[in-house]
Amino acid sequence: MTQHEDGMADKTDEATDAAAGAPADGQAAGGRAPSRRSLLGWGGAGLALGAVAAGGTAAALRAGNDVQPAGADATAGAAVAFHGPHQAGIATAVQDRLHFAAFDVTTDDRDELIALLKEWTKAAARMTAGDAVGDGAVGGLAEAPPDDTGEALGLPPSRLTLTFGIGPTLFEKDGKDRFGIKDRRPAALIDLPQFPGDNLDKSRSGGDLCVQACADDPQVAVHAIRNLARIGFGKIAIRWSQLGFGKTSSTTPDAQTPRNMMGFKDGTRNIAGTDTAALDKHVWVGDGDEKGKAGWMAGGSYLVARRIRMHIETWDRTSLKEQEDIFGRDKGEGAPVGRKNERDEPHLKSMLPTAHVRLAHPESNGGIRILRRGYSFTDGTDGLGRLDAGLFFLAYQRDVRHGFVPLQQKLSQNDALNEYIQHVGSAVFAVPPGVRKAGDWWGRGLFA
Amino acid sequence: MRALRSSAVAALAAATAVTAVAGCAAKNDGKGGGKGAVKVTATDSSCELSTKEFPAGHVQFSVENKGSKVTEVYVYAPGDRIVTERENIGPGTNAEITAEIKAGSYEIACKPGMKGKGIRQKVTVSGKGTAAKRDPKLDAAVAAYREYVQEQADQTLPKAQKFADAVKAGDLEAAKKAYALSRIGWERTEPVAESFGDIDPKVDVRADGLTGGQKWTGWHKLEKSLWEEKKISGDDKKLADQLITDLKDWQKRVGKAEITPTSMANGAKELLDEVATGKVTGEEERYSHTDLVDFQGNVEGAEKAYQLLKPVVAKHEPALAKELDKQFAAIRALLDDHRDDKSTDGFVSYDTVGKGDRKKLSDGVNALAEPLSKLAAAVATAK
Repeated sequence: MTQHEDGMADKTDEATDAAAGAPADGQAAGGRAPSRRSLLGWGGAGLALGAVAAGGTAAALRAGNDVQPAGADATAGAAVAFHGPHQAGIATAVQDRLHFAAFDVTTDDRDELIALLKEWTKAAARMTAGDAVGDGAVGGLAEAPPDDTGEALGLPPSRLTLTFGIGPTLFEKDGKDRFGIKDRRPAALIDLPQFPGDNLDKSRSGGDLCVQACADDPQVAVHAIRNLARIGFGKIAIRWSQLGFGKTSSTTPDAQTPRNMMGFKDGTRNIAGTDTAALDKHVWVGDGDEKGKAGWMAGGSYLVARRIRMHIETWDRTSLKEQEDIFGRDKGEGAPVGRKNERDEPHLKSMLPTAHVRLAHPESNGGIRILRRGYSFTDGTDGLGRLDAGLFFLAYQRDVRHGFVPLQQKLSQNDALNEYIQHVGSAVFAVPPGVRKAGDWWGRGLFA
Repeated sequence: MRALRSSAVAALAAATAVTAVAGCAAKNDGKGGGKGAVKVTATDSSCELSTKEFPAGHVQFSVENKGSKVTEVYVYAPGDRIVTERENIGPGTNAEITAEIKAGSYEIACKPGMKGKGIRQKVTVSGKGTAAKRDPKLDAAVAAYREYVQEQADQTLPKAQKFADAVKAGDLEAAKKAYALSRIGWERTEPVAESFGDIDPKVDVRADGLTGGQKWTGWHKLEKSLWEEKKISGDDKKLADQLITDLKDWQKRVGKAEITPTSMANGAKELLDEVATGKVTGEEERYSHTDLVDFQGNVEGAEKAYQLLKPVVAKHEPALAKELDKQFAAIRALLDDHRDDKSTDGFVSYDTVGKGDRKKLSDGVNALAEPLSKLAAAVATAK
């Protein structure tokens, strides 16, 4: 299906890279199929105008090879580099939309799994560059279903990032080491403990693998998950997936801090994507973190995903004073209690002992910091006329045992917010280091 | 049952075509409308063809609707058997239709307003062309499959008669027991029956598939009486007779159906589509919950078509054949988990199959249907 690792593709690659002055590994393979970007060009004035309205920089789109480094605040609509030492989609400036999918691996065949991961990586490189999967969505054999499903044709890359993770059950499931990798499981990839108040739905929790698709256009994110799932049928099955419509944290402190579904600014103190010192200290797995056979995780990170349902209706009936006391910030500006501006240093002691910000602050937790990248979700209503809405919490950290776990142990016992939220889904994944260049693949270090 | 599927799909295709055409006009022009394609120019009162004689093989029709009404184009084999069709071709738009057509006489019909018998043109497809070069193994596969569909119809009639007799005798329990078994042969070969267009809506339509003014007849009407209303009316007894009449019509005509290697492969894929949209969800047999019997029938019919095509596929695309062998075995094993020796039809009632098990079945269907969707192309490109 995808046979683009041939000389032709490589040549195209070099040519486009040279033209753009991009590093040799900064661009995904170009192939025979028309790319979404080139279609934009063919579409003429109408589409180009649309691009101006949507992205703000038609010039960048027409340039076509405008691949931006993962850490920078990439221009909306452009492509984010797929290759690099770390996976994109972590330190990358948070995109507007999310489609997150957790997969069960249904095959027990190690070679089949490896072949799938290679094929996935190839497709991911193409899609993040704005290209169609395989031989494309059109122009192929009339009798065959097209390789690509086609709904992203004509759309710009939309800063799509695809971030791949591996759950504990890939290493061992029901006492079975299906793929001969049990001894490579990192010590930091623990099974999350049960926290007070958890009401987890098994069918929305766990997963052998995950892919986080983030993009500024929801159709681009959904297209990516859909096509990866399709490539994997027979080897994997989607266990659960979650759409997110609004970012709740940013990794770009200069931009306006987004608000969560409770109406409060969220992620004011988040780790910035450009703060390499903080990323190295709190997010990326260090060279010596895992000994011996689990050393493959260096340069990776650990992801905790939690589906946090909010009791929207009761929250909305709560007085402004109580809402602000619960968070420890004012609702309008986002300033900590007793301060004037959002980014003023919080004075924790002037907050209630149960205030969310006070409990979660690094000072209250021995300096622990995590990189939050969550999204608001609303999956319609729940049959009782209540919004099925909340926060799809995503957090990256160097070690779950010194990140999410101690934080959540504290929050789940004391946070005043608990009256208005419930954790209903949970998963943890080891996110391997980046795919270095064409030919490298997701999880190579684990199976090497 | 076919429900509203084909028209809905065609409408969707028409909508997406607008964007696709804008992007790839250049590409399709080179491939499609060029030499070799038969141009069909449709207006509100005419249906002009660029040629009325062309060689057998993969024929491409480039349709242009110059009329003011939405039109559709059909290629009919003798006896109005549908070889291929395209609905919802809007005024001022173009459509490409491809089909594998054997030598013989056919009719092309344009149907302005998408109704009636349409404006017909007779065409002759000559014996030359790619069909002549076809692997004799594929001809053998078609012949064997033709026998199979006839055999299924022949075996269905006595079982359907038993069901009809029980209904007519007012014997609720006996009718319930005979119901699912009477449908197996139909479920195994449904895409062939659907190619006649008029039989499926009479015998296998569900309540939600009825179009305006259509009287509800066939298996599912009786299913509702037996399980939901729990009584057999006088009208039901007449419907039982009607069912036999319609099935006899099927038995008589099925042996003459237009069958090609590609249509066999597509039929196998369509059987899995039936499973994915109707059986896994429990919609097909919503009153009797005998969905697993239909499920197995669909899978068996798909596997039969595949097995007959396999000698060719295994030679040209061994990886695909290997995957299909594996996934057919996997889905059979999944179905085995739900067998019930005490049940007349061999399976548990589908309403007792929980969410988790339904997901497993659904995952199994996806795992099989995805490679199966590549079978038609594998057969079409095999020489």
